[in-house]
Amino acid sequence: MSKFRKGGKKETPAIATSSLPDIVFMILIFFMVTVKMRDVSLKVHVVTPQASELSKMEKKSLVSNIYVGEPDKQYQKMFGTEPRIQLNDALANVSDIVEFIIAEREARDEAEIPFLITSLKVDEFTKMGIVQDIKQELRRASALHINYSARKKVKLD
Amino acid sequence: MSRRKLPEIPNASLADIAFMVLIFFLMVSTMDTDMGLERRLPPMPPPDQIDDDTPPIKERNVFVVLVNAQNQLLVEGEWLDIKNLREKAKEFIANPDDDPNLPEKTVQDIPFFGPTPVTKGVISLQNHVGTQYGTYIAVQSELVGAINDLRKELALQKFGKPYESLDSDQQGAIKDIYPSKISEAEPKKIGGGK
Repeated sequence: MSKFRKGGKKETPAIATSSLPDIVFMILIFFMVTVKMRDVSLKVHVVTPQASELSKMEKKSLVSNIYVGEPDKQYQKMFGTEPRIQLNDALANVSDIVEFIIAEREARDEAEIPFLITSLKVDEFTKMGIVQDIKQELRRASALHINYSARKKVKLD
Repeated sequence: MSRRKLPEIPNASLADIAFMVLIFFLMVSTMDTDMGLERRLPPMPPPDQIDDDTPPIKERNVFVVLVNAQNQLLVEGEWLDIKNLREKAKEFIANPDDDPNLPEKTVQDIPFFGPTPVTKGVISLQNHVGTQYGTYIAVQSELVGAINDLRKELALQKFGKPYESLDSDQQGAIKDIYPSKISEAEPKKIGGGK
């Protein structure tokens, strides 16, 4: 009818978009699978303190975590309310740290061992006594590169 | 009469919805980066080492920060609020007027800067066994922040660029001028309390 439609047969067909959702879903599922969720269930209650001078941890695969805090409600009957250390999935004692570090090292490539970082995720209301003990044990295991996990400070002005 | 065919549900917007979910996941997953205060512990001394073979450090070169079990700070023998700690530490490290009570400086040859006076000051942090971890981190953060502030100021002054955008040689030079010397003593039961 209009003069632009004269050569009706030459019109290029629109790109089929019906498979677009499938492609996007594929990417979505890829991301959902690869996003690393917290791989241990925490048995201690940890709220990390706030600090202003923070650096990001670059390689997550090189980090081993030590959690310190009060045991959760369901574990309090067994372990009491004093802050405890959690390594991997179990509550542990200070004396287990050296073994834990050695196990963490053995799980990694030899070339990666000098770059391992120990991240201390400690509740802000914990007393320093236990943290100091952990640091001594880490020194004994010569895992000297540590990171005090903290949240970005919220400015109050 | 045959049944009328049902109109098809339009599925053109399905892709948009999926994109929305995808973007949501992308955002959420990057938000959870681990942040923290990076420190290096001193290596364990060899067991046969005798403690007193290092020369004593002069008192003017040490910035003593004590934290007691009530989370109070004693800085250089004076009670101090944590808000003022950063300023005080900066003054100690920089020592702009060569105050005889603040740390000495030694002239060192530093790339980009030439011979530059470098402070001999050391920050000594000591806490009580009963100090709260939150306070300890706050103090550490302020002390590290003081050094970082000085480095940033120097970077702007010398190179006219923020410290983060300098190359590693320039950053190294600035690190040589303002080294991060924070030493932690073994905790003592100072200040009472348990």
